[in-house]
Amino acid sequence: MSGHIPVRLHVNGQAHDLSLDPRVTLLDCLREHLGLTGTKKGCDQGACGACTVLADGERINSCLTPAVQCDGMEIVTIEAMANDELGTRVQDAFLAHDGLQCGYCTSGQICSVVAMLAEHRAGRPSAVTEDLTGPAPLTDVEIRERMAGNLCRCGAYNGIVAAIREVTRT
Amino acid sequence: MREFAYLRAADVAEAVELAGPQGKYLAGGTNLFDLMREEVERPERVVDISRLPLSAIEPLPGGGLRLGALARNAHVAADDRVRRRYPVLARALLKGASPQLRNRATVGGNLVQRTRCRYFYDLTAACNKREPGAGCDALGGFNRTHAILGASPNCVAVHPSDMCVALAALDATVNLTGPDGERSVPVTGFHLLPGGTPHVETVLRNGDLITSVDLPPERPWHGDYVKVRDRASYAFALVSLAVLLDVRHGRTVAARIALGGVAHKPWRAYSAEEQLVGAAADEAAFDRAAAAAVAEARPLDHNAFKAELARRLVRRTLVELAGQS
Ligand SMILES: Cc1cc2nc3c(=O)[nH]c(=O)nc-3n(C[C@H](O)[C@H](O)[C@H](O)COP(=O)(O)OP(=O)(O)OC[C@H]3O[C@@H](n4cnc5c(N)ncnc54)[C@H](O)[C@@H]3O)c2cc1C
Ligand code: SF4
Ligand code: FES
Ligand code: FES
Repeated sequence: MSGHIPVRLHVNGQAHDLSLDPRVTLLDCLREHLGLTGTKKGCDQGACGACTVLADGERINSCLTPAVQCDGMEIVTIEAMANDELGTRVQDAFLAHDGLQCGYCTSGQICSVVAMLAEHRAGRPSAVTEDLTGPAPLTDVEIRERMAGNLCRCGAYNGIVAAIREVTRT
Repeated sequence: MREFAYLRAADVAEAVELAGPQGKYLAGGTNLFDLMREEVERPERVVDISRLPLSAIEPLPGGGLRLGALARNAHVAADDRVRRRYPVLARALLKGASPQLRNRATVGGNLVQRTRCRYFYDLTAACNKREPGAGCDALGGFNRTHAILGASPNCVAVHPSDMCVALAALDATVNLTGPDGERSVPVTGFHLLPGGTPHVETVLRNGDLITSVDLPPERPWHGDYVKVRDRASYAFALVSLAVLLDVRHGRTVAARIALGGVAHKPWRAYSAEEQLVGAAADEAAFDRAAAAAVAEARPLDHNAFKAELARRLVRRTLVELAGQS
């Protein structure tokens, strides 16, 4: 009954014309249909952030997003970060500051950082922003709250915060 | 996940027609798709409304603000007018879920999201909400996160939203379009208490579609949204609280108090508000109000702490807000 739905996805600058069961998530579509296995499946229920990708520039959990809803959207995954100036700087900073141990959460963390910095530049507030009427300086407390959607079971949080701080300094 | 027919609507009228009485609307999908995967929800028709032109945030004649049903939670919280004029709503949204989820979650979906009761999600447990008449395993089970107010022996689940608690304090209005036309309901009457029909959670009937939520014109409130949870971020509320207070010359002129995480709906503590209005804005009045807010609480085996937590939160927040007045 589900039938297949025609979907055009732009992933990392390349267009893909697919025919998808509407039950397929964006995460499974990337991994199983397009062979882009850099995006990870942690919980598959929106609770960990390992599956974070950018959709039309905004970070989302690809495990909770039906792929058919992304018809026509620009999706950016970890695979594109090597060719992205900011993405490369974030990756290098994670290495320099031990922002990872096992690495399972890392691709989601890095996509999340890139989007988080854009959100901050655009003036979006967070739950710890005291004055909602002005821009918030990117303190460590702000960084931690803005990155709260990405869990790390290895507890590499201090390294991740240090990496982000370095990227924002340079 | 069960198979379903996936339909896309071009406009509101077509969405309502396609959904019919049994169809489900798919907005951000962050709750519906999750429940479909768990097979807690098994709709045969799913109408994707995510591309309908309902995501604008627009001023209303007379001074209020209209939030489109498809406005994303992140965009509402970042909107300048919301931040300046309805900070209690911006704060409630920012304390909900995670940045990634807020980029997908919509105003309409947040209103209609379902409870996080573990037994509701667990297909091997008895749950009247999932299967009317089956019983409620939470009653004699691990009910630390469950309701202390307004529950029934049929269901002790809580509504998980932060946004709705702020909307209840603001006395917002929900605008709907259904097969019989348009209507509006106050948000405080939108969600229902469980009674004998815990599977009926809102006033939505026969494919009613939420089109927008109206915020009334702002008033000179001092307000705040406070949320207590098991970790500092990215967790549902154990107890949350939206307070709006208008104190002039040492007297409380107007007050609104809404609690989250304590009932099947965002809970307006009207009796607490009555203790405040017209009285001196002092600690004695705040104590009376805090006690009144939880006077009707009926804790379960594992959640008596919620009543005391709610009482202290109300008291502390009133003291802080009066200090700013
Ligand atoms: C890990 C996790 C943590 C979370 N933490 C929090 C939290 O701390 N606080 C909080 O408040 N929320 C939290 N949430 C819930 C989140 O806010 C909701 O999932 C979200 O708001 C739902 O919006 P949506 O657009 O994705 O809805 P959908 O999943 O698309 O829909 C949800 C329901 O609403 C109905 N619906 C949607 N739009 C309309 C409409 N216009 N008219 C009629 N019916 C409609 C759908 O049919 C469905 O029944 C969390 C979610 C997750 C997964
Ligand atoms: S509390 Fe409500 S949702 Fe939870 S098991 Fe009981 S009936 Fe189901
Ligand atoms: S895999 Fe998507 S949030 Fe965990
Ligand atoms: S590095 Fe192992 S989960 Fe984060």
